[in-house]
Amino acid sequence: MSETDLIDAVLDRHRRDGTRLMQILRETQEQLGWLSPATMTHIAAAIGWPRAMVSGTASFYSFFHTRPRGRYCVLWSDNITDRMLGNADLMDAMCKKLWLEPGRVSEDGLVSVNTTSCTGMCDQGPAVLVNYRAIPQMTQSRLGEMVGLIRSETPVSEWPAEWFAVEDNIRRRDILLAHDLGPGQALSAALQRGPEKTLGEIKEAGLRGRGGAGFSTGLKWEACRNAPGTGGNPAHYVVCNADEGEPGTFKDRVLLTSYADLVFEGMSIAGLVVGAKKGLLYLRGEYRYLLEPLESALAVRRQANLLGKNILGSDVEFDIEIHLGAGAYICGEESALIESLEGKPGRPRIRPPFPVTRGYLDQPTTVNNVETLAASCLIATYGGAWYAEHGTEKSTGTKLLSVSGDCERPGIYEYPFGITVRQVLDDCGATDSQAVQISGPSGICVAAEEFNRRIAFEDIPTAGAFMIFDETRDMFEVARNFAHFFAHESCGFCTPCRVGTTLVQNIMDKIAKNHGSPYDIDELFKLHRLMQGASHCGLGNSACNPMFDTLNKFRPAYERRLKSLDYEPACDLDAALSQARQMTGRDDAAAHLHNEEKT
Amino acid sequence: MSLTFQLDGEDIAFTPGQSIMQAARAAGVYIPHLCWHPDFPAHGSCKLCTVKVNGRFGSSCTMEAQAGMNVENRTAELDDKRRTMLQMFFVEGNHFCPSCEKSGNCALQATAYELKMMSPHFDMFYPDRPVDASHPDVLLDFNRCIMCSLCVTASREVDGKNVFAMGGRGILGRRIHINSESGRLADTDFALTDRAASICPVGVILPKRRGFDVPIGKRTYDKSPISEQVKEKAP
Repeated sequence: MSETDLIDAVLDRHRRDGTRLMQILRETQEQLGWLSPATMTHIAAAIGWPRAMVSGTASFYSFFHTRPRGRYCVLWSDNITDRMLGNADLMDAMCKKLWLEPGRVSEDGLVSVNTTSCTGMCDQGPAVLVNYRAIPQMTQSRLGEMVGLIRSETPVSEWPAEWFAVEDNIRRRDILLAHDLGPGQALSAALQRGPEKTLGEIKEAGLRGRGGAGFSTGLKWEACRNAPGTGGNPAHYVVCNADEGEPGTFKDRVLLTSYADLVFEGMSIAGLVVGAKKGLLYLRGEYRYLLEPLESALAVRRQANLLGKNILGSDVEFDIEIHLGAGAYICGEESALIESLEGKPGRPRIRPPFPVTRGYLDQPTTVNNVETLAASCLIATYGGAWYAEHGTEKSTGTKLLSVSGDCERPGIYEYPFGITVRQVLDDCGATDSQAVQISGPSGICVAAEEFNRRIAFEDIPTAGAFMIFDETRDMFEVARNFAHFFAHESCGFCTPCRVGTTLVQNIMDKIAKNHGSPYDIDELFKLHRLMQGASHCGLGNSACNPMFDTLNKFRPAYERRLKSLDYEPACDLDAALSQARQMTGRDDAAAHLHNEEKT
Repeated sequence: MSLTFQLDGEDIAFTPGQSIMQAARAAGVYIPHLCWHPDFPAHGSCKLCTVKVNGRFGSSCTMEAQAGMNVENRTAELDDKRRTMLQMFFVEGNHFCPSCEKSGNCALQATAYELKMMSPHFDMFYPDRPVDASHPDVLLDFNRCIMCSLCVTASREVDGKNVFAMGGRGILGRRIHINSESGRLADTDFALTDRAASICPVGVILPKRRGFDVPIGKRTYDKSPISEQVKEKAP
């Protein structure tokens, strides 16, 4: 098959539909290795889009390659938890063995090695993606073997199967993870009750969004249900947000691995309530390996008449499609996710209008988190009053926590809302903890004196990340890791976030190199105040949270790095000579400028 | 009875559906902005038009005016934030006003004067942004791009051509994509007569061989500050 035939086969599979551009680009790249200029021209012509829009989308996502990439593309997950497990040394060793610089493709086009944002394996890191296949638990010995397999050009599909095994690590089950519902049980209860009464139960349950924001699920479904569809093809849509990109979060991965039926059933119930015939599950690119198992689970449900037309003998119709993302944290924001579903760069929309009135293809759309949808099955089966008995008054039910970092038993813990931070630490075997980062970098950093605070929307809301740092950890380096994350993931749409995240990253790097001064701390606060108020979306608004929290709670971690001056320039004269040293092959003492205080 | 809201203590009349920016503009009141243009739908990216509405920040170009709302515009706090964002523009690109032929006609420069920006404040990024001189009539100098997307919108909505699209991500990736496989403007159907050819608020899209037809000193913003011009243009 020629390259053109391969691309055409992909295009035909997607009906040459531009809104499926993300899937077209991904499948094409899986076959051809990268997206060449000619490939993009061909795709643009076939879907009838301007070519600049196709290249615009392709260049937005980290996992699309518009320049040739190595035949083996190794990406090291670079969350702070991977760092704590030694990913930097391992990656360094890998680069040395392969004679590579990070981020560069080897001269023979064989391999490239780089970092990527958290891949959701924090309880079993350090993790890598090889040609977008997840491999957790990297070790020195595994690394050596891997380099051998790459050098011998052994296809990734022939690598040891046990390397690709991802553990669930479920440590504590409550009403959700210990459920005993059979496939279809919740859905038939919902069908029997009908959409209005099912909605009533969801509202009575007090269910709130598990993605972190905590918006009432009942109100969201109601607003979507009441919004009329528009244009020639009016419709309603259910979108399951499985873009779990917040560093430190991995509970949706476990739900999609071992509770997929519950998630799909929740989507079907949402479809029944809002009057949607189609559901879309947006799966983050890092979880590419889950695509085939999820497709099989959908096929089984179709056979059991739980999806498709006349579901369980009713006149209800609903089916589900899976869309894969391609490495962009911003797509976890619901309107950016919808843009991505439509084949565009993941840029958050101007709101209002909100997705519940004008979402996917401009139609009323409810976007819900994986865990929210799974929880709705319990409510459909056992009723809203029963569900509301769990948790606290304003935070009913349970929450899955993704526990990682310094503890004996990292993994998934399900608790009723209202649990204290201290209880979680005790249960997972954490000792000498100095801080917990809750709900990821955009969340809150909780210091030891606050461990009696509770996980609940009334106190500490969370999407589920629970990263633990013991007393040996440097909280400045934690914040610096997060600053780099936000600079990498800013979509670039609005000025304060596009430029501000990089300015913050540069200041943190300056302080790390012992070039900082109190002036730089003031600058961080100033940027925090600007970005928090003026940014277009939540990413920019919360991008300085890690600095703000750690500056307030762990200030000595910053201060011991500062020079006691009012101002210190960022330029480092000695570093400026590094190129000259490289060219002359020198690294002796005389080839270095010395700072005044050292001489 | 016309509907009104308060803008810096002044009553501003508006019609339902108008944004705060549109209503202010019609009343001759200047709200600093760069990506907004009266002829096109709001883009909401530059954030220079950030105001405080009943105590909360919002973009005046995308927020609908509501009767009775209290909007703060030219306060010290807001102008301070705007100055910082202008400095962000100046350091993320390569803006050398003295050598730029758009000087005096440039909205970025005029807004920086208006807000009394005295220095770029932050360290310069000095990005590597190649120019595109391929087109016979138009030069593209991306060093000055402020990502306002006005050329994208004008080419799509007015010219029906889609010569430009915004692509890429973040500070390093985000840039204008040209609608040709080579990425060169000469390989598109772009023409000097396009609306997109004259829409750029800064010095990216420049007609060739006309750089100094109007001498420095006699240009748009040499005559009066940008805020005064909004006042003068009000109906």
